[in-house]
Amino acid sequence: MKEDRSSQAYWKATLSLLFKILILWFLVSFGAGILFADMLNSIHLGGYPLGFWFAQQGSIYIFIALIFYYAKKMGDIDRRFNVQEE
Amino acid sequence: MDLQTTIYVFVGLSFALYIGIAVWARAGSTSEFYAAGGSVHPITNGMATAADWMSAASFISMAGLISNMGYGGALFLMGWTGGYVLLAMLLAPYLRKFGKFTVPQFIGDRFYSKGASTIAVVCLLIASLTYIIGQMTGVGIAFARFLGVSSDTGIYVGMAIVFAYAVFGGMKGITYTQVAQYIVLILAFTVPAIFISLALTGNVLPQIGLGGDYRGTDMTLLAKLDSVVTDLGFGKYTTSVPGSTLNMFMYTLSLMIGTAGLPHVIMRFFTVPSVKDARLSAGWALVFIAILYTTAPAVGAMAKLNLHATVNTAVKAGGDLFAPEASIKADSQPDWMNRWEKTGLLKWTDKNGDGRIQYYNDKTKDKGVLDKAAAAGWKGNELMVNPDIIVLANPEIALLPNWVIGLVAAGGLAAALSTAAGLLMAISSAVSHDLVKSVFNPDISEQKELLAGKISMAVAIVVAGYLGLNPPGFAAGTVALAFGIAASSLFPAIMMGIFSKKMNKEGAMAGMLAGLFFTLFYVFAHKGIFFIKGTEYLDLIGGANSFFGITPEAIGAVGAAVNFLVAFLVDKVTAPPPAHIQAMVEAVRIPRGSKLVGGAH
Repeated sequence: MKEDRSSQAYWKATLSLLFKILILWFLVSFGAGILFADMLNSIHLGGYPLGFWFAQQGSIYIFIALIFYYAKKMGDIDRRFNVQEE
Repeated sequence: MDLQTTIYVFVGLSFALYIGIAVWARAGSTSEFYAAGGSVHPITNGMATAADWMSAASFISMAGLISNMGYGGALFLMGWTGGYVLLAMLLAPYLRKFGKFTVPQFIGDRFYSKGASTIAVVCLLIASLTYIIGQMTGVGIAFARFLGVSSDTGIYVGMAIVFAYAVFGGMKGITYTQVAQYIVLILAFTVPAIFISLALTGNVLPQIGLGGDYRGTDMTLLAKLDSVVTDLGFGKYTTSVPGSTLNMFMYTLSLMIGTAGLPHVIMRFFTVPSVKDARLSAGWALVFIAILYTTAPAVGAMAKLNLHATVNTAVKAGGDLFAPEASIKADSQPDWMNRWEKTGLLKWTDKNGDGRIQYYNDKTKDKGVLDKAAAAGWKGNELMVNPDIIVLANPEIALLPNWVIGLVAAGGLAAALSTAAGLLMAISSAVSHDLVKSVFNPDISEQKELLAGKISMAVAIVVAGYLGLNPPGFAAGTVALAFGIAASSLFPAIMMGIFSKKMNKEGAMAGMLAGLFFTLFYVFAHKGIFFIKGTEYLDLIGGANSFFGITPEAIGAVGAAVNFLVAFLVDKVTAPPPAHIQAMVEAVRIPRGSKLVGGAH
């Protein structure tokens, strides 16, 4: 069967990527940094309690990784559906 | 060279550089003035966005608040970075594809209504003005200390300088000036942090140092800090939360959504050549922002430890913090304390008349601490330190060389001025383009349009300067209010404009108004109507933070939810948008066919 190349399918692929990234985004900041911070603080990363580290350091590094991952994956999706800029 | 001369040299040189760049890159057309002709590389744009973004609030105020709040200060760190993920994925590429250069233009076209774009202009003006008030507070503090003038005079000087180069440079000038400002401010922030991290922990990188061992002891820096502050009755550094976990959650969310809804940040993504670059630009911006944001927690924690160690010798030497000789004598206090006492932002009052400085939390509920303090003859906390001075005073607290202090002065001013200039661009384009040209006088010439923009900048500066003389809070807190306003009004409208083909003009307009009014009503109840002191109406809403204990700075997230809900309900009972609008949304969603941003309609 030929792959669906319609704009609906493109949008669906985009939304599913967004959804995945937003879950990670939520987990590292609101999850590890706030809601579960107390629990994670019993684990240590060097001199950092882990929950504190996620809140003040780790979440920021992961945010950067998420944006570059998104930019790369969106580029792939654009090409797959042949809608990239000329 | 003495300290004052060094500061003049550093500040003077950095200003000469910015003005030079602004003159060199003077804008010729409206498109260059507002969108830099759409010709800026993603890394350059990322750096400029970072400078634009990191304002007096980030540079001057944030690390001090983290120092004060401990763990809870993370709400600024996560809030002001996490929003970039939303911006990169939900808004930037689509707005770039849309190909106009202001936010109200997008809202007006997508919701096929002048009314919608006018409401967007109002939201934009309120958010941007609130933001500039925070900047002016920061500018005032920086000038007060470094030029040896009062903070009011500092604000007047700042107003004149911001106005000069925002007006003459335009967006292209601002973009390149901001690259220079980024370099100045990031050096100014990281250099002292590296020195201090080396001194306290032996680690070059402050990000590692914060998790390192406190030199000369067998404890980690954070464990040492935790034990010192809890012994003195302050909240435990690594776990203390502002208000409640719910409030911290909402505050963080509000800052994140606000980041993605602030017009002067969104405008940045119109200046890159393509949709692909718009996605990458947000990533690069965050890289440059993260250098400061991951250093700030180290600055905050280390400054706090240094401050305690300065006034209480038992912090470093070990032993009893409450021993009489541990608290230093006021007449042997270091010079930097004398210098800051002059600004009124650091105060010592000898409550027990022993000539020594006792610094502890006399409002603590920990009875053990109060008993020990009473036994030692302490009669209340004697030292008041305004958190907004921590970063500027940091190199002095750590006794770093004069040139570092000069560099920090230049950096603080760079941060405040670059952001104020970016905000003024957003205000001026909203008034001249989206209000004067599209609503009142469509036949206006390009020259007159530019003139209208410049006049609106001047008015905005005067209003913000006036309110900055009497700010509604610390710089970072005031700025947080601006984020709440943007979060509750603009972000939901833009997002629904892209992600819902069926959202119609009635829904969007009702949503924006509901979100804006809800948020303003709650904020003004606490801070006064349009931040004018004495007009608070807390009784009307049942006392401070009456909405589930949420502070006014954190209410934007709730406002955004109100916006979405009202828009959805109104949309259900009114007619769907016309077919050509739905087709336009389809077109915005795919990158192919993106064009340079043009000045014409």
